[in-house]
Amino acid sequence: MKVVIIDYGAGNTRSVQLTLERIGIHARLTDEADEIRAADKVIFPGVGHARSAMDVLRDKKLDTLIPSLRQPVLGICLGMQLLCTQSEEGDTPCLGIFDEQVKLFPASGKVPHMGWNTATASDAALFPAGWYYFVHSYYVPLSSYTVLGCDYITGFAAAIHRDNFYGVQFHPEKSGKTGEVLLTNFLKL
Amino acid sequence: MLAKRIIPCLDIRDGRTVKGINFENIRDAGDAVELARIYALQGADELVLLDITATHEKRKTLYELVGRVAAEVNIPFTVGGGISTVEDVGMLLSNGADKISVNSAAVRNKKLIAGIADKYGSQCVVLAIDARQEEGRWIVYLNGGRVHTGIDLYDWAREAEQLGAGEILFTSMDHDGTRDGFALDALRHLSEHVRIPVIASGGAGRMVHFRDVFTHGIADAALAASVFHFGQISIPNLKDYLSSQNISIRPQLK
Repeated sequence: MKVVIIDYGAGNTRSVQLTLERIGIHARLTDEADEIRAADKVIFPGVGHARSAMDVLRDKKLDTLIPSLRQPVLGICLGMQLLCTQSEEGDTPCLGIFDEQVKLFPASGKVPHMGWNTATASDAALFPAGWYYFVHSYYVPLSSYTVLGCDYITGFAAAIHRDNFYGVQFHPEKSGKTGEVLLTNFLKL
Repeated sequence: MLAKRIIPCLDIRDGRTVKGINFENIRDAGDAVELARIYALQGADELVLLDITATHEKRKTLYELVGRVAAEVNIPFTVGGGISTVEDVGMLLSNGADKISVNSAAVRNKKLIAGIADKYGSQCVVLAIDARQEEGRWIVYLNGGRVHTGIDLYDWAREAEQLGAGEILFTSMDHDGTRDGFALDALRHLSEHVRIPVIASGGAGRMVHFRDVFTHGIADAALAASVFHFGQISIPNLKDYLSSQNISIRPQLK
């Protein structure tokens, strides 16, 4: 199985790669359109600011490539948020696969939402409910796309799914055994 | 519900842990990778690796160690000790660290926190502050407690938050090593003073101290070293106890 991690300078790619190696998968880091298109599974990670991330995706012409992919694609953290229509972070237009607005957490609690929190499943067959490690200041609202929900200041989507696109707000590569199970499930799709 | 975090801290010298370790079934008690792996299995929520040699010549050893920990450990870990440039941070993150912690260098160079946060994001910047109470004020110390600054703990914490720090790791020098409990009042005040998470350090001796630091101290996380390394408190027992005290923790996977 060919697994690629989209390389666009968005941090934490090494952690994702090392975690996949622990579960027996060697994933290539790449920004090459042909290699991404030919992969069986695509992982779209991300840490940082939505606007600068979208700028890099546009420079590399990945902003048109990613929505055209037909194999399973997993967005992680900022990667999930970039799959939505728009982010309040820098009022950034994103990739538009999920018709959702990414919002900043209200100031009534500590932001970022950082640490381990429980995600509850509305589609348990896909991704397991359990404890996951989160670090984020912006969130995707609950909707019909939600497959895992979480609660911090407000209810929000911990995982989303539409067609061949999947997104997780938490970091499965840093979420212990539960995260490894989730990644294994994704790779079996 | 967001869990309170339990964070063992490993002191590292030349790629090896320095404090004595008292665990059964451990293959090499001085091997930081082995110890990190065991703590992760026991249910630690994060790890901190503190490089106490922190000399320039030894950096390569540290980078290699970070790479090996990242390959073995499936929970977040922070690396601190001797970080003074954005380039240092880049090397640690690219070897697999999730966060870095800065201390003295961030006081001496106010551009450091902002430089790291701009390039890598606030989520990876932990500001470590060592402070001691003097005539009713908490005063920041540098260089492992050797250099008095006259700077107020709460002022510096808030300034660092504005510069882009993502978390504050506060060690009370008055409590560190006493095993008499954490600096609860100062922690509570600090936690109310900033809007980023606060990690409590210094004074852990008994399980009740961890309960108190989360209830009275309203800390988001608690860090300790020797009580874990010497086996006085085991993380699974601590988590069972905190659960029984109605504190939100992440249970160990059975």
